[in-house]
Amino acid sequence: MRVRSQALGIFAAAAVMLGLLVFAGSAKAKPESDEAHYLSPREMALSLDGRWLYVMCEASDEVRVMDTQSGAVMKTVAVGHVPRGIALSPDGKKLYVANSWDDTASEIDTASLKVVRTLTTGFEPNGLALDGENKTLYVANRLSNDVSVIDLSSGQEIKRLAAGRGASYLTPSPDGKLLYCTHIYPKIGAHRTPPESEITIIDTQRQIVVDRKRLHNVAGVFHTAVSGDGKLVVSAQLRPHNLVPLAHVEHGWAFSDSLAIFGDDVNGVVQAPIDELERYFAMPYAVAITPDKTKLYVGSSGSETVSVIDIRKMLAYVRKTNVPIANDLSASANYVVGRIPVGRNPKGLLISRDGKRLFVANRLDDSIAVIDTANDVVVSSIDLGGKKDMTSLRRGERLFYTARFAFQGQFSCANCHIDSTFDGLQWDLEPDGFGVDIVDNRSIEDLGGTEPFKWNGGNPNMATECGPRTEKFFYRSQSFNSAELADLVTYVMALPYRPNRYRLAGGELTPMQERGKAIFERTRTKNGTPIPQANQCAYCHSGPKYTNTKLADVGSGKPTDRSPLIDVPQLPNVAYSPPYLHDGSAKSMEEIWTVFNPHDTHGVTNDLQKDELNDLIEYLRTL
Amino acid sequence: MKVVGCRLSVVRKTRVALALALVFAVNVFAATPDMPRFRWENFTTANGLPDNHVFTVLVDGDRIWAATENGLGLYENGKWRIFTTADGLAHRAVLSLALDKRTGDVWAGTMGGLSRISAGRIDTFNQLNSGLSNDVVYGVAVQGDYVWTATAAGASRYNTRTGQWSLFNERNTPMYEIWTYAVTVGPDKVYYAVWGAGVLEYDIKTEHWKDYNDPDGETEIVLFKDQGLIHEITTSVSYVDGILWVATYFGDSRYDGRNWHNFLTKDSGLPSNFTNQVKALDANRAWFSTDKGLAYYDGTNWAVYRPNLKTGAPEMYVRDAEGSITNIAVDTAPAHNYTLAVDFQGDDIWVATAKGLSHGIRQK
Repeated sequence: MRVRSQALGIFAAAAVMLGLLVFAGSAKAKPESDEAHYLSPREMALSLDGRWLYVMCEASDEVRVMDTQSGAVMKTVAVGHVPRGIALSPDGKKLYVANSWDDTASEIDTASLKVVRTLTTGFEPNGLALDGENKTLYVANRLSNDVSVIDLSSGQEIKRLAAGRGASYLTPSPDGKLLYCTHIYPKIGAHRTPPESEITIIDTQRQIVVDRKRLHNVAGVFHTAVSGDGKLVVSAQLRPHNLVPLAHVEHGWAFSDSLAIFGDDVNGVVQAPIDELERYFAMPYAVAITPDKTKLYVGSSGSETVSVIDIRKMLAYVRKTNVPIANDLSASANYVVGRIPVGRNPKGLLISRDGKRLFVANRLDDSIAVIDTANDVVVSSIDLGGKKDMTSLRRGERLFYTARFAFQGQFSCANCHIDSTFDGLQWDLEPDGFGVDIVDNRSIEDLGGTEPFKWNGGNPNMATECGPRTEKFFYRSQSFNSAELADLVTYVMALPYRPNRYRLAGGELTPMQERGKAIFERTRTKNGTPIPQANQCAYCHSGPKYTNTKLADVGSGKPTDRSPLIDVPQLPNVAYSPPYLHDGSAKSMEEIWTVFNPHDTHGVTNDLQKDELNDLIEYLRTL
Repeated sequence: MKVVGCRLSVVRKTRVALALALVFAVNVFAATPDMPRFRWENFTTANGLPDNHVFTVLVDGDRIWAATENGLGLYENGKWRIFTTADGLAHRAVLSLALDKRTGDVWAGTMGGLSRISAGRIDTFNQLNSGLSNDVVYGVAVQGDYVWTATAAGASRYNTRTGQWSLFNERNTPMYEIWTYAVTVGPDKVYYAVWGAGVLEYDIKTEHWKDYNDPDGETEIVLFKDQGLIHEITTSVSYVDGILWVATYFGDSRYDGRNWHNFLTKDSGLPSNFTNQVKALDANRAWFSTDKGLAYYDGTNWAVYRPNLKTGAPEMYVRDAEGSITNIAVDTAPAHNYTLAVDFQGDDIWVATAKGLSHGIRQK
């Protein structure tokens, strides 16, 4: 494998050869809007004639329209809050953007570049795609774990299709007859069993799910690419090794960065690594196949690299290999032919229609890298504009998403906290044994006031959580210096709550939620017996974050836990992050009480009827 | 029972007798209702069915789902595929099935919870891991984004979009027994058969519940035949074209929103009052699965299909509006006279019985 150089001479030679001088590195775009915000370009779409690159900017809630000939940003279109996905209609006349925090999709007329309609979706829409006939929009909803099917003539959502947990990315086949949907959180299965994921395949003519490709040992599946002949489908995926102690990070057992390969070109689903022995390419996110089906590009958002895969070699290797190669890090040498360094936190990849250029959205640089696909070098970097001053928050965000601190570049904070959330997994983080103190990965939204951290309350503040702990347990080397640590803490502590979908718009509670609130706040059982204060829900789960920030023994400790005392978790947005309890043993909120509270030690609940327990849970969902 | 052909009287004059017999015979043939005839093909464990105790059957295009005591069978392209708890099914005993026609997902009510089978993936909801009211799910039906279940402890409604559950029981409906046995949905109403408590109606628009009970209050006596629901021990409901059909273990009922009409063996073609399921084709036609055979009612006439109760020989007979019964010669019959449920596949019918699954292939 050879690593591509960015030497200017090569840039110039390549550019001259290909007539790509328009993207000279010094070219500076002149954004139309002010530069008060960071942009965080995440995904892209290209007009049918290849002239306009539509760049969806996650942080500034907009689409920037870039002229691919001049590299200039010609127009900015405001969309909804925290856009995450973009898709162009097959006729090129409409552009759709998924507004993840608004639960909507913006429909943009590409002629006028105005939002002409706002469509309602499911909870936290991310990816979107259209059928080949331009009639139906499909939207992957991350928090409702499904795909909205929206009739574009009426603008109405006509049904939902069950997808994987954390459904996020949709890719159409070349003829638009099939859609491939991936999801970022694993299926909730039996405790301490290998994670399972799937690729959901939707038939757009019948508008139903027709197949689910099972991905064993996979948690976190991102973008998919389909070859022009439709015979090769590749998805970027993570294989977490969460069932062994993370003390073994030096053995490469934290994450495997890999691909799921399927379609007519291969037999079944093949999982193939992109990592090398002792060198990792963390968080594979986007994939792109050249029109001539010779190359596959894989962007690793944590490693700030685009890997180049020779498709012919890859197919030859996976066809002749009759043993699983998912854990064989030597395998990638057979098909990875290049690594291209790009900007910070590369997200979307997009190949020009002639196949000569690959665009890379450098999310935390607010730029687009342009790669000459003949030579696989970055020939220019287009500045999209946006705020130029580096704040502590932005520096911290960059630290959060980079894997360069980790031992051999294995992972970043964002590996476990995907898009600054969680990963739905339980980890063995402690270095002192096997299977001791298994912990569920908690949400990290709006953590201020919830200290101490860790499930055993061992870290008094975020600096301790992210500092020496990461050096010792995770990274095996010097972690962040004091300034970097301060920036990282600033970022983490500033992460906001996502919108709560279970609260009514006016903030009032439904009758069911009101009943649940009364149960949450009750001081007596149904027969009038006083409930000891320490066993009342609202005692431990008190204050604005619904935690008294203390340790409590609620009977959920396991023999493998060193102490039964557990940090009282905060409850806001608790509905989004199953499984529950400190070790993730409760697959749902119901199981906290139906399975793990036989002696009323985690609140008094055994006098409740089933519908009353449902009321309580319905109230908790509103927090 | 009066049997045509046995009631001819003897005439003295041969010529007259022959003439009368000829005229009568012509009339008889003309009067015998043209009821559906089938060639029955039966499936048992011998040819791939997971278990011979079949609780219900569901037609999904060319695919047939059989809910059995020991797994869920899917018959497709001439082969059976079996889903078990090892595949994630909530329980091996599958009691009820419903198809979400919009998504293609199949919902299976079992003795251990509710399962969704979606393109081969099975998701399970039970009383421990979800808001489902009880693990014994006798009935299931899909109404838009909602999945309604009839359980041994009341009714549940699952919102597939939000994951929220609503429970309905004696505390928030007129359900004075909570053993719900079947559920059916229509565009405007949801109906529950509640064991010992008649029928519950849910108005989708107003979200109000209303109950229908045996008006004479005598569970074993019918004082006035058509004054209301025939009996409170209800087992099945079917709501088609604005008409509610109700099965009980003591006869069956049809309700048009204003008037009730009840069916008993003594004054209809029902082979038994013990009815496990009624499933309507439209406002006038319905199939009744009883413990003594499968019955079809076309609004006027009746047909019964079964193995003869004594000999086991294939049997079909037709009862016309006047109560005359004609035996129809047949070579095949459903797998057993104890029938539990049916579903329709075009003109064909599939029947769940106590000893196998039967496919009635329409002959005429």
